[in-house]
Amino acid sequence: MNASATPPAIELRGISKAFGPVQANRDISLSVAPGTIHGIIGENGAGKSTLMSILYGFYKADSGDILINGRKTAIPDSQAAIRAGIGMVFQHFKLVENFTVLENVVLGAEDGRLLRPSLARARRILKDLARDYGLDVDPDAVIEEIGVGMQQRVEILKALYRQAEILILDEPTGVLTPSEADQLFRILHRLKDEGKTIILITHKLREIMDATDTVSVMRRGEMTATLRTADTSPEELAELMVGRKVLLRVDKAPARPSRKVLQIENLRVADDKSVERVKGIDLDVHAGEIVGIAGVAGNGQSELLELLGGMRPGTGTVRLNGAVLPLEGAGADGQARRRAGIAHVPEDRQREGLIMEFHAWENVAFGYHHDPAYQKNRLWMDNAALRADTERKIGKFDIRPADAWLTARNFSGGNQQKIVVAREIERNPDLLLVGQPTRGVDIGAIEFIHKQIVALRDSGCAVLLVSVELEEILSLADRVVVMFDGRIMGERLPGETDERELGLLMAGVGSQAA
Amino acid sequence: MDFHTLIQILDSTIRLATPLLLACLAGLYSERAGIFDIGLEGKMLAAAFFSAALAAMTGNVWLGLLAGIAASLALSALHGLASITFRGNQLISGVAINFLAAGLTVLVAQDWFRQGGRTPALSGNGRFAPIDLPLADTLRDVPGLGPVYAELISGHSVLVYAAFLAVPATWWLLYRTRFGLRLRAVGENPAAVDTAGVSVVGLRYGAVMICGVLCGIAGAYLATALQAGFVKDMTAGRGFIALAALIFAKWRPWQAMWATLLFGFLQAVALRYQNIDIAGITIPVQVMDALPYILTVVILAGFVGKAIPPRAGGEPYVKER
Repeated sequence: MNASATPPAIELRGISKAFGPVQANRDISLSVAPGTIHGIIGENGAGKSTLMSILYGFYKADSGDILINGRKTAIPDSQAAIRAGIGMVFQHFKLVENFTVLENVVLGAEDGRLLRPSLARARRILKDLARDYGLDVDPDAVIEEIGVGMQQRVEILKALYRQAEILILDEPTGVLTPSEADQLFRILHRLKDEGKTIILITHKLREIMDATDTVSVMRRGEMTATLRTADTSPEELAELMVGRKVLLRVDKAPARPSRKVLQIENLRVADDKSVERVKGIDLDVHAGEIVGIAGVAGNGQSELLELLGGMRPGTGTVRLNGAVLPLEGAGADGQARRRAGIAHVPEDRQREGLIMEFHAWENVAFGYHHDPAYQKNRLWMDNAALRADTERKIGKFDIRPADAWLTARNFSGGNQQKIVVAREIERNPDLLLVGQPTRGVDIGAIEFIHKQIVALRDSGCAVLLVSVELEEILSLADRVVVMFDGRIMGERLPGETDERELGLLMAGVGSQAA
Repeated sequence: MDFHTLIQILDSTIRLATPLLLACLAGLYSERAGIFDIGLEGKMLAAAFFSAALAAMTGNVWLGLLAGIAASLALSALHGLASITFRGNQLISGVAINFLAAGLTVLVAQDWFRQGGRTPALSGNGRFAPIDLPLADTLRDVPGLGPVYAELISGHSVLVYAAFLAVPATWWLLYRTRFGLRLRAVGENPAAVDTAGVSVVGLRYGAVMICGVLCGIAGAYLATALQAGFVKDMTAGRGFIALAALIFAKWRPWQAMWATLLFGFLQAVALRYQNIDIAGITIPVQVMDALPYILTVVILAGFVGKAIPPRAGGEPYVKER
């Protein structure tokens, strides 16, 4: 080995991994220089998480070698990964909710059989880490009582406490506000300056462009390219991810809003635990416009959508085309709302939008099974007609595989969402409620779903969009409303604002009350 | 009720609370690790039979205790195999163990001893004898504290003392040791333990085995200390009462002790006062006997405030990416 060249912090050689007939990783090679931030980008199901799970000892590769600092290393379990200096921050945090920060940091890395000396030492080390990297967290705070941004810091601290030199972060900004994300990237840069190597897995092109030194693109289990970030562009990366040219911005004409379709006055909605989540909001949505509600998850947007969709009671006044909608009791269920002309693409398609064990054609009927077109007579449903209708939707929405008999579970996230969108949009509703339309959906399908929503708007439908993805709100909505803590913090036009300003509103800072 | 009667009832409370306490702590270890165990009853019953059988055959109660623990451990291992290794339904496994123990004990008892599903009555070294603490006789006549020490605190079998010492020991293990931290963590979020590089399976088996040992002692106590031999279904729902006490105690050791003492007290009162006259109405013995069970139902119906079980309880751990 050349003495002057430092070996890569991580080198993968020909890693392959199959789950049954699915080849999750095929002959992947990767080399990451120490002290750099390396991005890995790819669509859902491209094999990013599988690759990182192999690196963290969760899965064993079918073939291939892992080299850490130039030395071949076997990683049969997480313990071995930790010993090799690898730390992982998972997308879904692996924290014990009712433990303190200190206990979570110490768990599994205790000094001896007794707890007190371990905790005392960890407290000292946490203080040092806070000073060195700006990772301030109260060591005695209980996890369930601190915010997700803080929880993520605890995950990073856990890795650093185990003396990780290589830090892998899997979709770290999914749950963060823009300002929390900025803080995270500041911390990552400090870690990098201290010589740590960071691997950032994400599907957000902007993060790759902003934060990384080099970037690898994965598609269908293969590593399609590794580039210097400075030498590439979001357009090029998107094309490498999807395998064809992708329109990153939504192509739409200016909205031509007309009559008021939805009028909300002083609406209040409580969640399952009777905590008030929507605290008196007023909002109008016109025919022919898309109103986007931005906000960090958990600030009342979900409850608002659920109320309008008839899934949750509330108080206040809601008018649809001038007529008052009942907000509780009889006539306030999903069936009544659909009959009134409201279609609903719920936020969690797997729990609220589909029954995962049912066939595609059965799922297409849900909510509309009383439709006369699906009835043979008063007693029997006309399943043949329903299946024919499903076949037509499958063709029109390019749902793959094109098989009405497949259960919902067997479609990818994007195609599941297309089934839901096809069912709801095809009714020509007066008002379309859309929650997180592209969560866990690949870029190609995002483009298609966005086009469908815009087409519906142009045909005169009012659209209320809730999304935690600011990019999506900014590109799709004609008006942006920001919710924080159950209230509307402000309203902006997408052309006259940016992520920074919206981010502040989303964090509840500096606003004109609406 | 005079002072002497009170002492007697409390003395009886301690005796009756002991098997509940042991079983409750057994459940605590298991459930804190995320393995629900409604098979406490069956494990106690099996332990009661095998301890009495061995004690009857060898005349040595210590061999009986070992046999009881071994029987309970075997059923624990079965529960562990079903619910940890094969990720089966923990409730169904527990129910199966209860049925298995109820049937098997009587069947084997009849085959071995031919006394209608009982073991022969134990005596002498075949039973755990009461232990007189030092100076018990001397202090007996001191007014007030004398009888408390001589009758309430002194004069129990070694298993009673072991059970009550297990309370601080469990507290210490749970909150002051590495094992305790990991045990509590694995019942709340096994993925956190797994990613920290600690074996979820190992921890859960460990907890289930501790549960087996404690249930074994509880069963042996029933047949060789509280009673003198095994009779059919002698646990009489104590495993389920212990589970109710565990919920009442919100899975904490000291509270488990107080909860089981409360149940023991009700049983002691029921034993002492078979018929109570209140304002001319005689409350029949059945009502008194039913009291602990009624309290169990009341507790399980949620009248004791919100009891949050360990969050990963009852869920088999499947590693995901």
